[in-house]
Amino acid sequence: MSTHDPVRFLAKNMRVDLALIAEMIAPGSRVLDIGCGDGFLIDHLFQTKACDARGIEIDMAQVTQAVAHGLPVMQGDADTDLAHYPDGAFDYVVLSRALQAVERPREVLAQMLRIGTRAVVSFPNFGHWAVRWQLLSTGRMPMTAAWDRPWYETPNIHPCTIHDFFALCEQEGYVIERWLAADDGGRRAPWRRFLMLANIFGEQGVFLLRRR
Amino acid sequence: MDQPATRAKLIHTHVTFDDGISLECGTSLRRHTVAYRTYGALNDDRSNAVLVCHALTGDQYVAETHPITGKPGWWESVVGPGCPIDTNRFFVICPNVLGGCMGSTGPLCDRENPDGSDAAEPWGTDFPPITIRDMVRAQKRLIEHLGINRLFAVIGGSMGGMQALQWAALYPDSVFAALPIAAASYHTAQNIAFHEVGRQAIFADPDWLNGRYWETGRLPARGLAVARMCAHITYLSEEALTRKFGRRLQNAPKDSTEAINLFGDMFEVESYLRHQGSSFVQRFDANSYLTITRAMDYFDLAGDSGGDLALAFKGTATRFLLVSFTSDWLFPTTQSRAIARALNRAGANVSFVEIPSDKGHDAFLLDEPDFHRTLAGFLRGCAMHAGLPSL
Repeated sequence: MSTHDPVRFLAKNMRVDLALIAEMIAPGSRVLDIGCGDGFLIDHLFQTKACDARGIEIDMAQVTQAVAHGLPVMQGDADTDLAHYPDGAFDYVVLSRALQAVERPREVLAQMLRIGTRAVVSFPNFGHWAVRWQLLSTGRMPMTAAWDRPWYETPNIHPCTIHDFFALCEQEGYVIERWLAADDGGRRAPWRRFLMLANIFGEQGVFLLRRR
Repeated sequence: MDQPATRAKLIHTHVTFDDGISLECGTSLRRHTVAYRTYGALNDDRSNAVLVCHALTGDQYVAETHPITGKPGWWESVVGPGCPIDTNRFFVICPNVLGGCMGSTGPLCDRENPDGSDAAEPWGTDFPPITIRDMVRAQKRLIEHLGINRLFAVIGGSMGGMQALQWAALYPDSVFAALPIAAASYHTAQNIAFHEVGRQAIFADPDWLNGRYWETGRLPARGLAVARMCAHITYLSEEALTRKFGRRLQNAPKDSTEAINLFGDMFEVESYLRHQGSSFVQRFDANSYLTITRAMDYFDLAGDSGGDLALAFKGTATRFLLVSFTSDWLFPTTQSRAIARALNRAGANVSFVEIPSDKGHDAFLLDEPDFHRTLAGFLRGCAMHAGLPSL
């Protein structure tokens, strides 16, 4: 009975950054998705790429939803729970749109690249022109589609720009194997290979990293 | 009290193994019987078997009317056609544990003479101390007897969860999925302390007679009832007790001789606990209670693996689902989380959910829709990975 099978998410409905992330992941690999929500990406990776994909999610209601869909997800916190995984347990460790919300982004990245051969990271770009323009013109904290909560209640406590992220990878000695900046609709734009332009026009950055 | 006589006459579905079983304590039983119930049908390639492990005072009557109490099975909302453990799809096996009193070998059975013949009196307190691992090894014999090499899943709550963990640790190749619910990898000092209160209540009953109560035909009913009452409090939460009883009073029973009832009334919670105690005595054996509580107290899976729980599961391919309940203070979420983290360290595939509930430890036995949804979904996902045909 098909209604009893785990929900099969269609790629066309995927959040754009998840589609971009999925493209970066090789078929059949072991994947850990941190902040996996209801398990959207891991289900997609299992269904279309035969990956052994697992998830961690902090929100218990989302975890229950994911497990009730037959997906291997556990409740956990990126800041504290990655330490419990052995070195090199995964081929890819994914952190999508959550880097800006963790307490210690640098440590989380380090853990990701300890437990995984590669890390895939996506985050909303605080260097986007609309953010810059709002701050410059109104003198108030920007509110955009990507940054949609007022400063006093946003979970996004560590916003960064694409440029900032390049600098952090340099400082930490991570190799950026691939990167791209995408606009609102997730389309890769022609300016994607130029960091300065990407940092102005990219709504989000997606990075594939490995240790040096 | 004629119930024990009824119990002794009951014939349970069972299998007896004449080649014996060696126990962790160093002794062995020359022969052992496993009483069990099954539901659903085993498929042609014998790949759809689900082993349900019962808790301390449970038994094999998981999804049918209990032969002594006449009450519904203890997990009828979970096991059955269309239930989370769907007997239209799975072949469910539920054995009575070694040391139990519903047909499996335990203190109630006739003891073995040194020459291997049965003596004409029960084991009583001379029944060898057993462990959760002994229980699991006895169950393994049953599974082999049923012609099953690999269980699709092993599931249990509380002590049943300990068995599920032990199964996964001891026979990783025989367990595709393990579901320890409201469980722990070891019994804490607090857990042991509560059990000890129960045991002391039994010892203090003059009818206990150092465990030889069959000689007088009088059961240590009072001691066993107090043990049950004490344990029952640990299965509930303060919230659940408040919701059910609050501070409400009711009339004390007329025939009561207790001093406290001179006031003419009693708290509803007192009445409830007394009922729990007295109905328990009708279906459970005091020496079994001593044996099984001891087995739980001994349980320490990490201790068996040099102190590191991850080592117990190293390299396992078993898929795990851990479930805890927010108001369970007997086997709290921290215990399940510790197991989940150990499984992470072992590189295992683990799902872990904490279900919001105010019903305490007993929540795993009760109607908790989120829990049942989680269970059903996890098993569906596992069935897909195991290549079981869908319904």
